Amino acid sequence: MKKGQREKQCSRRAFLQGAAIGLASIAVPVGSSDASIWEAFFQKHFREMNANEKKEVIERLEEEYARKFNVKFNIKTTQAVPGTLFGYGLDLSRCIGCRRCVYACVRENNQSRDPQIHWITVLRFESGEKFVHDLEEADKYYNPEKVPEEGHFYMPVQCQQCENPPCVKACPTQATWKEPDGIVVIDYNWCIGCRYCMAACPYGARRFNWGEPRIARSELNTETHYLGNRPRYKGIVEKCTFCIQRTRGNPGRYPACVEICPVGARKFGNLLDPESEIRYIIENKRVFRLKEDINTSPKFFYFFAT
Amino acid sequence: MYYAIRNFIITMKEMAKGNRLYYTWIGFLSFFVLLGVSAYIQQLNRGLIVTAMRDQVSWGFYISNFTFLVGVAAAAVYLVVPAYVYNFKPIKEIVLFGELLAATAIMMCIMFIMVDLGRPERVWHLLPVVGRMNFPSSLLAWDVIVLNGYLAINLFISFYVLFKMAHDKEYNMQIIKPMIIISIPWAISIHTVTAFLYNGMPSRPFWNAAVLAPRFIASALCSGPALMLIIFQLIRRIARIDFEDRAIFKIAEMIAYAMGFNLFLFAAEFFKEFYSGSIHLAPMKYLYFGLHGHHNLVPWAWTALIFNVTAFILFLLPRTREHPFSLNLACVLVISGVYIEKGMGLVIPGFVPGTLGEIYEYTPTMQEKIISIGIWAAGALIYTLLLKFALPIHTGRLRFVSKEKDRPVS
Repeated sequence: MKKGQREKQCSRRAFLQGAAIGLASIAVPVGSSDASIWEAFFQKHFREMNANEKKEVIERLEEEYARKFNVKFNIKTTQAVPGTLFGYGLDLSRCIGCRRCVYACVRENNQSRDPQIHWITVLRFESGEKFVHDLEEADKYYNPEKVPEEGHFYMPVQCQQCENPPCVKACPTQATWKEPDGIVVIDYNWCIGCRYCMAACPYGARRFNWGEPRIARSELNTETHYLGNRPRYKGIVEKCTFCIQRTRGNPGRYPACVEICPVGARKFGNLLDPESEIRYIIENKRVFRLKEDINTSPKFFYFFAT
Repeated sequence: MYYAIRNFIITMKEMAKGNRLYYTWIGFLSFFVLLGVSAYIQQLNRGLIVTAMRDQVSWGFYISNFTFLVGVAAAAVYLVVPAYVYNFKPIKEIVLFGELLAATAIMMCIMFIMVDLGRPERVWHLLPVVGRMNFPSSLLAWDVIVLNGYLAINLFISFYVLFKMAHDKEYNMQIIKPMIIISIPWAISIHTVTAFLYNGMPSRPFWNAAVLAPRFIASALCSGPALMLIIFQLIRRIARIDFEDRAIFKIAEMIAYAMGFNLFLFAAEFFKEFYSGSIHLAPMKYLYFGLHGHHNLVPWAWTALIFNVTAFILFLLPRTREHPFSLNLACVLVISGVYIEKGMGLVIPGFVPGTLGEIYEYTPTMQEKIISIGIWAAGALIYTLLLKFALPIHTGRLRFVSKEKDRPVS
């Protein structure tokens, strides 16, 4: 055999090996060659699992997260508290556009830091400009030294938790649905990433994991809910869940954005409780909801307290 | 069973054999398929972040191509109706190749959907029974049903006819007729459902217009047949199959009517949006005139319109319609015009301005283009391989063996 020929053969073998490894790496995610990937692959829809199956899935996920992040996670599957329907109030006369809510949300809900994902968008408007309908005039990327700025006002937007959610209607796999307490949730292990819900959402509330979500280990929130803030995957959709991991409980906690707001512009409560703050606001303040003409019936109420 | 295997081998052999031109063509297409596959593997590893799609514009080039190809697939009906319903002989000769093209287009549609999914391995979630198909609520669930059904119908009809031909038998009209009758409304349905998929979202005023589905149908009946005309002429030249010019002119004439209707619907939409001038005008303004200094799509939109109008005139006048040069020019114009109009021209303005008013100008990345070219090459490859055995069966050169007739093949 000539020398040149052998070289050629070797390189061909090397090429084939490379190709084989390449193909294997698509078939089996590197580093998880045990049975759990098959369990993950065949995992049922969350609402089809019985208590026992849920327990097994949670154990597997906690193990997966522990392996991936080197931290112990607690994943709850707390169900809706009977007699609750969550509603949110946002006082536009108070909001100063500081975006503390945006970042508190990111920390609480384990949003990817790189690429950056924010569930809350704060829009800035020029005073005197037309409002609400002319959203094109809004600025999403304002970046001043200090807020509030003279001649401007602000309007945060997040998932409006519609009673009549277009995203749920659109989803081809029922990976997103409305819970009994009115929160629209996503099963991150069932979503196929078609993004039809994102086209259907009138509020730009849904976010897609275009790349592998990345969070520094020190910044992880390990107290999580299956339908809420547990770490997400590449290629699936996520969104605000009214901090389901906090608000579902008796007593529950306020969502992180409500807790952090320095001017008390954010209100949260049970719409079915006539004594709640949110009911007081709806009954006594000047209230409106975003894009009412689309008839989505949001449970997110903008109001003017002063 | 023995004969089935032998006939399968005969078919395979036929596909493997060919002249130099054939091998060059297959090699050329395979190259782009492999390039597309390698780009897709990278996309799988890194995620859809390799595309230019973002939360603001969450569908892009893949879905644009998908939408266009649904139209191509639906257009087979334009041959089926005259061929079988009106028994127009010249078109009946070639309807088989139209059905194979429709089947190929659907396969390409499925590929374009697959590459657009964030988690393609979970695609079984949208199947009935094994998954949790959101039927009848989600229009995407409807689309899965109608597209796969249409693929099955077209493959069945064309393979059944080919099978009978290969055995030198007449096909049984009683088997084929119900399928053909179903296939006509079904072809309309695939485009209607795809239009409704966009149409049903009040969040996107550009798509939320009742004229969308009729416009989809009208433009599909232009681009699909135009593509077929070009392919048929190529087949005629390369495979030396003879069919009458009359078939081609008839199809060209029908394209003219469809395009006329398409342009009328466009005018209706254009008038409504611009005259009423509501806030919902913004996407159309973005498409045709630009919005707040953003006008990536403007030259494309006008190109499409000019192409469509020119092609309409060329197809309408008998003199230009029946001249090979102007006929083919018109075909190319229609295909490109509709490709822009029903591709990026439809999908992108749905997202611009976004629901919160943001303007994100989308231009596909190299990765997206390579993957899309790969799928187009895969489609061309599938169609070539299908024709490679369908054509000789059609001309009578290739025949299957059976118990009664165990004769060798040429």
